[in-house]
Amino acid sequence: MISFSRIAAVFIKELVQMRRDRPTFAIMIMVPVMQLALFGFAINTDPRHLPAAVELRDDGPLTRSFLSSLKQSTYVDIIDIVHSDAEGEELLRSGKVNFLIVIPENFETEFVRGQKPEILIAADASDPVAAGGVVGAIGEIARRAFAPELDRLPAKLRGGAPPYNVVIHRQYNPEGVTAFNIVPGLLGVILTMTMTMITSIALTRERERGTYEALLSTPVRPLEIMIGKTTPYIIVGAIQTSIILLAARYVFHIPFTGDPAAFLLVISVFILTNLMLGYLISTVAKTQMQAMQMTFFIFLPSILLSGFMFPFRAMPSWARAIGEAIPNTHFLRMVREIMLKGAGLPDIIGDLGPLLLILLVLAGIALMRFQRTLD
Amino acid sequence: MSCEPVIDVRGLTKSFGDKTVVDHFDLKVPRGSIYGFLGPNGSGKTTTIRMVCGLLKPDEGEGTCLGYDVLHESVKIKSNVGYMTQRFSLYEDLSIRENLEFFSRLYGLDNMRRRVNDAIASLGLEGRARQLAGSLSGGWKQRLALAACMIHEPQLLLLDEPTAGVDPKARRDFWDTIRAYAREGVTTLVSTHYMDEAVQCDRIAYIAYGKKLLDAPTAEIPARLGLHAFKIDNGDLEKLSAALKGAPGVEILARFGASIHVCGKDREKLAAAVGRIRGEPGVRVTEIEAGLEEAFIYLMTESDDNFSVEESAA
Repeated sequence: MISFSRIAAVFIKELVQMRRDRPTFAIMIMVPVMQLALFGFAINTDPRHLPAAVELRDDGPLTRSFLSSLKQSTYVDIIDIVHSDAEGEELLRSGKVNFLIVIPENFETEFVRGQKPEILIAADASDPVAAGGVVGAIGEIARRAFAPELDRLPAKLRGGAPPYNVVIHRQYNPEGVTAFNIVPGLLGVILTMTMTMITSIALTRERERGTYEALLSTPVRPLEIMIGKTTPYIIVGAIQTSIILLAARYVFHIPFTGDPAAFLLVISVFILTNLMLGYLISTVAKTQMQAMQMTFFIFLPSILLSGFMFPFRAMPSWARAIGEAIPNTHFLRMVREIMLKGAGLPDIIGDLGPLLLILLVLAGIALMRFQRTLD
Repeated sequence: MSCEPVIDVRGLTKSFGDKTVVDHFDLKVPRGSIYGFLGPNGSGKTTTIRMVCGLLKPDEGEGTCLGYDVLHESVKIKSNVGYMTQRFSLYEDLSIRENLEFFSRLYGLDNMRRRVNDAIASLGLEGRARQLAGSLSGGWKQRLALAACMIHEPQLLLLDEPTAGVDPKARRDFWDTIRAYAREGVTTLVSTHYMDEAVQCDRIAYIAYGKKLLDAPTAEIPARLGLHAFKIDNGDLEKLSAALKGAPGVEILARFGASIHVCGKDREKLAAAVGRIRGEPGVRVTEIEAGLEEAFIYLMTESDDNFSVEESAA
């Protein structure tokens, strides 16, 4: 027979224990609230306000009308006007802009003459989601921009095909293959999850099993424990990286165009950063359960706010600010630049610096928190 | 060999929250002695031991352990002390050999292989060195833990309730080992609440509610307490126990095989209480000298568990 009172006894005991375990309880309540608040507002699958640059080789009423129409569409924010190919290419490659719009020389004249000048839209397709919206809308944007001008043209140019061409050039991932974006991203996500989780129980497990006190009663130093406990997992991370890289190459046929040495450096710093993050958790968590929950607490933002799932540039500025503090954000940018855009070490310094800073801060806090005594 | 005490601390005080767990505690432990640390649960024994070996920082007080300052030289103390925790503190998922190797590496020992082999040999575990520590019985776990905290040949051994949950035979073997170390000059401070362990100590400090109530050579303790005792045998012991329990003057009443021992500090009252049952048929009452066993029962029943945060401090 099932006894209601026995069930009640267990139920009440669990409730009491749950209430006693404040951190776990807080996380259970806070996770949905915070993450809803964060992601509900931050994530946008119809990305707008993506940064774009215009390479202006001609100027005139038609061009201005086109540009203002672009702005009104809210798909892009024109953050820079350049006048040469080199400048435009650099902006696109470094990821400062997602789009480069090229107005060719003699655009205005050729337009009125009916010579069908080409407007070139170079899109950074290494993130197909970010590129997709604009690419889909650009035809309509152009039609609206030039509609009033068309009315003033000679009748023979009206009707039929428009007197211009919009040429879309998907760079770095010409076919818009999602895997090109997802697979390097997965590398970051998998490393974040496994590396952080594995070290998050490093000290917690010692505490739970009662071995912590014996460990502390020896002359071993906190830094020694930290290094000794994290380094074995560097090997695990290296194995994971190799598997994903091999899959990227032979299963998904993703090109690796950049500098392998730079990649090695980036991946090492990233693995260390995640190990440190987990280690910091283990200095805080009282039980392995708490450690797991804390890991998940930081895991979701690493997926959703890092630019893995959704275009980073399309998030509101406060969400981007949080994203800048997430190791995965910097890692993703660097890996995409190295793998897809052929970047080398000098090109990624802007993201390697912040990642190193995060690593040092995490290690510092972990060491400060790790006491040599049981106080 | 100097005559300096191995442990010499004064006024050690430690609070967790608003609870003072150890309150102005003084302790002097001479070299080569086995010093017993007696007291009910939660009386501050573990906290005191942790402060002595540098695992906890005292809020107040000062002193030395092995000549090192307990406040500022905890790393040096840790290198020279063997501390065995209350709970089994080795890695259950490591083998016997791996555990011993781990600790010898932590202490940065030379000749690791020889030391570990010696330790395994002295444990008599040569054939089982690859067995996981978790699969050992309680008694073997204790001996292994002791071997691990002796691997660096410390001059001072701190044992926190070392034989809790270990069968009497294993406990005797354990104590033989401690005695052997003492003969070699190793000083031992051991906390316990087992009587048969307390009698093994040369000297005993009794602690309750974080305060030291008694500190004397073990043999002098009954006299220090000023206990008087009567032995009652023959007759209906159940009925006699019921009659004597709670009677004025009877502070402890304990059954020893076929006899009852009653003790109290006030001889007049105790004699009067016993006098009332003298007339019962077949009863024989004799006054005896209160021994160690009576003294320890007295100390143990004196104070109930001292509730404190000590046990959960780890």
